[in-house]
Amino acid sequence: MLSNKEKMLIAEIWESLTPVAEEIGADALLRMFACFPGSKTYFSHLDISRGSPHLLSHGKKIVLALAEGSKDISQLTVTLAPLQIMHAYQLRIDPINFKLLSHCLLVALSCHMRDDFTAVAHAAMDKYLSAFAAVLAEKYR
Amino acid sequence: MVEWTDFERDTIKDIFSRIKYDVVGPAAFARCLVVYPWTQRYFGGFGNLDNAAAIKGNPMVSKHGTTIIQGLDRAVKNMDDIENTYTELSVLHSEKLHVDPDNFKLLADCLTIVVAAQLGKEFTGEVQAAFQKFLAVVVSSLGRQYH
Repeated sequence: MLSNKEKMLIAEIWESLTPVAEEIGADALLRMFACFPGSKTYFSHLDISRGSPHLLSHGKKIVLALAEGSKDISQLTVTLAPLQIMHAYQLRIDPINFKLLSHCLLVALSCHMRDDFTAVAHAAMDKYLSAFAAVLAEKYR
Repeated sequence: MVEWTDFERDTIKDIFSRIKYDVVGPAAFARCLVVYPWTQRYFGGFGNLDNAAAIKGNPMVSKHGTTIIQGLDRAVKNMDDIENTYTELSVLHSEKLHVDPDNFKLLADCLTIVVAAQLGKEFTGEVQAAFQKFLAVVVSSLGRQYH
């Protein structure tokens, strides 16, 4: 459960990261590919090497979706409806991978924000990413 | 028997030579208690764990955090036999402390994030992968004597 304070903190963090969405998103993806090679199987049709335009644009998309969702967390199911359908019927990514990417996003945030990524921010963000992943997987079955 | 590449060995030794044990240990353990509050179930005797500030300032938390990372140091010094290094600790956590081994992974994740904050950009994806592999071996070894 997210408190109002936590919701504000999450929205603040994503708002501040929107200008570097590409950087954070690509970093998180690269970490996931390095640490969990099975996740690469979903990207066989793209160039996911460091610095590639595919990687940067994909990373940006993910972070911008997270930022958008954070603006009104109580409305996640509405905001993410199109993405829910895409992931359920088209992409069909095994939801275990959402956990893996969430972990790598937390690491990317920690590398970027250093001491500003406090335990409280970490807890709030972990809860948000779990909620986001759960909503994304809602239409799977 | 775990196979380590030269890169992985060097990376682990490098990380542990650079981090301050009495900073990183307490920070990682405190973070685990904050981010995964149900882990507090094992620390009823630790006093005030009411909120993040209390946890961070709690001397028993700090002391235990240092103990944990000193335990990890044993694996760093015995990378080719981590399993046997932790036989006794595994028995202790299972038979005496009754800790659900899933908790080891939670602490490992918190440690990864704390080390990431310490090293910043130098904590690349490849370094992270090596660090996580090391922690996975530790976690597995600690869970090995459970039955």
